[in-house]
Amino acid sequence: MNLNNFCCAESTCCPANTSRGVVAVVPTTLSLKDFLGGCKVRWGIGRMHYVVKPGLYGVGKPDENSPVLVSANYKLTFDTLRKNLSGLDCWLLILDTKGVNVWCAAGKGTFGTEELIHRIKETGVSAIVAHRRLILPQLGASGVNSNEVSRRSGFSVVFGPVRARDIRRFIADGCAATRAMRTVEFTAFDRLVLTPVELVAAAKTSLPVFGVLFLINLFAARQFGAFDLAAYLGAVVIGTVLTPLLLPVIPGKAFAWKGWILGLIWSIAALWLFGWFSSGFWRLAVGYLLLLPSVSAYLAMNFTGSSTYTSPSGVLREMKIALPLIMGAAVIGTALVLAQSILG
Amino acid sequence: MKLEYLKNVTTLAFSAEQCIGCGKCEEVCPHGVFIVTDQRARIVHQDGCIECGACALNCPANAIEVHAGVGCAAAIIKGWLTGGEPTCDCSSSDCC
Repeated sequence: MNLNNFCCAESTCCPANTSRGVVAVVPTTLSLKDFLGGCKVRWGIGRMHYVVKPGLYGVGKPDENSPVLVSANYKLTFDTLRKNLSGLDCWLLILDTKGVNVWCAAGKGTFGTEELIHRIKETGVSAIVAHRRLILPQLGASGVNSNEVSRRSGFSVVFGPVRARDIRRFIADGCAATRAMRTVEFTAFDRLVLTPVELVAAAKTSLPVFGVLFLINLFAARQFGAFDLAAYLGAVVIGTVLTPLLLPVIPGKAFAWKGWILGLIWSIAALWLFGWFSSGFWRLAVGYLLLLPSVSAYLAMNFTGSSTYTSPSGVLREMKIALPLIMGAAVIGTALVLAQSILG
Repeated sequence: MKLEYLKNVTTLAFSAEQCIGCGKCEEVCPHGVFIVTDQRARIVHQDGCIECGACALNCPANAIEVHAGVGCAAAIIKGWLTGGEPTCDCSSSDCC
């Protein structure tokens, strides 16, 4: 990770003079470049190198009594936070989370007790502010032991709201969060913005498969064509986009099950559409009925990693049942599809 | 429509005897699992627990235990393949 890759250099302006020297003040409006940068990482382009330099920043006209907000050095996180701070005078203490958002970094421990204590010392924030209170995003709590931070740094930790958009109200209400501000959501929009990365990852994994199919086509009795590609891409889109989007309305709870159901509906539709239910194609039809829903189920199961309401114990239970079924169906399905292609 | 995951799976365990009623668990839980009334926390939504571990880590009385981790299939598969704990290394995969 190259931390010299300091993306927000031009977003900084008007340095604030402090007893510890000059601190960069960042605006609360995003530039077109910030917006486009955000769009790019949503599609998985340069996502792991979208970072800001860890350290202390100012917002507005902060002084020694201004609150200190702690956040991660993923630039998408940093931008989301600062655009919600207009009208506030505050300090931002940005931890080195290796360009990962607060929640995931807290899970890994990089948004953690040690890094926070280290960053407090390194920035000399205790000489810049007169108070001894840090406001952390609530989702950082799985990585930060607030009692230990208080004991070792002298700063008390208040966990703020889950979402940056509630920060101003939280501060205005004297650092009090409502239950809604403390609860994680997973709205249709939340799910939608997560799907491009899933789609791109699935597409990347599929490329070698296309290569193999191309080689098989050289000697196959029945060649793979546009219909096969469409059937497969449909299954991928079902697993990575449609299942996440329709998550609350698809019956059942397990992600793999939800993906499999939609995948099965798609497979039947595709087979009918492409005329593969005719007698000469029985291997292809049965093969795809086994394979395609498995692809959707597997990809949907992977969306547990993006969801906000799945526990590791739950995912493990789901996987122990789903994975053998998915693998078995995929292996038999692939064998049948290949048999159809090679034998005709 | 409310999203709910599998029931009766969480490893969350709470000891009411050790609880000092500080309210930290209620503060950090993103799914409203705890409520503090009369200086004592109690679990009101056990199946909402995602085992993130925030409550256990921040409980000053060690009254909460949970086997914390990431609820991510890709991370668990990676853990199986590498023989280690499930880790959410998002550098190339699609998790988080």
